[in-house]
Amino acid sequence: MAITLSASDTPSPPLSARLSPPQVWGIVLLAPYLLVFLAFVVYPVGYGLWLARQPASYVALYNDPIFARAAVNTLIFLVIGINIKMLIALFLSGFFAQQRPWIRWLSVIFILPWAVPSIPTILSVRFMLNPEWGVVNQLIFKFTGDDGPNWLNDPAVALAMAIGVHIWKSLPFWTLILLTGRLAISHDLYEASDVDGANWWQKFRYITWPSMQTLYITCTLLSMIWTLGDFNSVYLLTGGGPADLTHVLSTLGIRYLRLDQLSLAMASIVCAMPFVLPLVYFMMKRLSR
Amino acid sequence: MKLPTLREVGTEAKLLLIGIPVFIWTMIPIYHMFVFAISPKEDAFSGKLWPAHPTFHNFSIVFHQQHYFLRDFWIQFWNSTVIALAVGALTLFVATAAAFSISRLRVPGGRAVMNMALFTYFIPAAFLAVPMYRTMGTYGLLNNHWSLILAMVTIAAPYAIWVLKQASDKLPVELDEAATMDGATTLQLFRLVYVPLMMPSLVAVGTYAILLAWNEYLYAFLLLSKDTDITLPVALGNFLAADDSPWELLMTTGFIYALPPAAVYYAFKRYMVGGLTAGAVKS
Repeated sequence: MAITLSASDTPSPPLSARLSPPQVWGIVLLAPYLLVFLAFVVYPVGYGLWLARQPASYVALYNDPIFARAAVNTLIFLVIGINIKMLIALFLSGFFAQQRPWIRWLSVIFILPWAVPSIPTILSVRFMLNPEWGVVNQLIFKFTGDDGPNWLNDPAVALAMAIGVHIWKSLPFWTLILLTGRLAISHDLYEASDVDGANWWQKFRYITWPSMQTLYITCTLLSMIWTLGDFNSVYLLTGGGPADLTHVLSTLGIRYLRLDQLSLAMASIVCAMPFVLPLVYFMMKRLSR
Repeated sequence: MKLPTLREVGTEAKLLLIGIPVFIWTMIPIYHMFVFAISPKEDAFSGKLWPAHPTFHNFSIVFHQQHYFLRDFWIQFWNSTVIALAVGALTLFVATAAAFSISRLRVPGGRAVMNMALFTYFIPAAFLAVPMYRTMGTYGLLNNHWSLILAMVTIAAPYAIWVLKQASDKLPVELDEAATMDGATTLQLFRLVYVPLMMPSLVAVGTYAILLAWNEYLYAFLLLSKDTDITLPVALGNFLAADDSPWELLMTTGFIYALPPAAVYYAFKRYMVGGLTAGAVKS
């Protein structure tokens, strides 16, 4: 009786005494990131969602033809652009897996688009495609005597060019990732299949693809999430033009911001969330295992 | 020496048939930029594949700031450098402390923080830009270098923490136990055992953050506006504002701007490939 009384009488020790010193340090060391996270992620996102709360913004978005066009462009960018890019990357990873000195040198050069900043190279492409002074149309004129097309003035061509710039920039990265996946496959399997007389398609179908499909699908999904945020390829090549027909969701948000229509900017981002969040959830499941 | 068989020649030819287009595709925009950079103004627009009179005059104009668009070149170069280095240092500090706390000290709630960080990593940065811009206005940081530095740390830290946590999970627990047994305090454990062992990953993460900040366009262009405050990529974008902008000077500046990150990338490739691509996608 006396023991239980004294136990309940003693005041519970302060928090610092209940935690072991390493745990106190743990909290202290985690604090800088938590502060950054609260101040620059939680608060902005909460504020943004608050701005996007009015149904009127979504009605305005729905009635804005530029938004519908941007949504379609984004889908084209993701579904067509990314799949083309990943197929090329898969193919090229097979090429770079060949053991030749010149292919090793080529792989060093091949990584350049990923190593250099995107702004100067995108501007370089933009100048190449200039209808009057660009090198492409000058060459067309020199060889055929005809004026070349006005590349960036046609929305379909301009969007295709933006996708091309995106592929140029990020193809090396994904090729490298898929190459590491390919090199992890045991060489014995290929030797055994050689003995059995398998052709290249059978080798790919029954050896390479089964061991790489998880990696390939993960890469494709990850690339889709990241490409949603690819602002530079479109903004610096076409500026969203001609006539705002080549916007994607990431440039559209900035366009509304520049026009001081902040609630529309946030609403357009909120509209993308039903597509982004499942992808993010899937990726987190994979990576936090 | 034995002659190659017909089959070997055929294989080599097929490989070349892939390799040459890959080489051309990769080099075109970079080569185009380089040709512009070494062309005098009259050659630049003639559509030649190699200038008739290659010159380094454009570089001299840029370095001496002898053009309206370039009057703040050196201060913009300095801004880019300071911001990139600050982002690298701050990201390293924040991410190393967090990874040590989550992975080695197993702080309660560490897993939840890791998941929140990963979540931030997957939300496209361009989507965060709009609310971030407003928030920086609220904090009174717009047009201040700190706004860009803190924004880039926010974007770089999640991935940095994740890579460092993966690497530090691989260090044996016995190390910490032995050090604690010898009477090391938690801070000594961090300083004398953890940081030295994590060096390769720290180099990779620091380089990643520096390159990310140096290359950033969108945030820099939103958060900074004064000509003497902006970074180089924003200055490059500003060339487009005028119709008669001097392309050869823009390409020269772009070339100078692209050199440091390319050099850093190739110098630290060993770390980047080991530390980053392995961490980017776990199969």
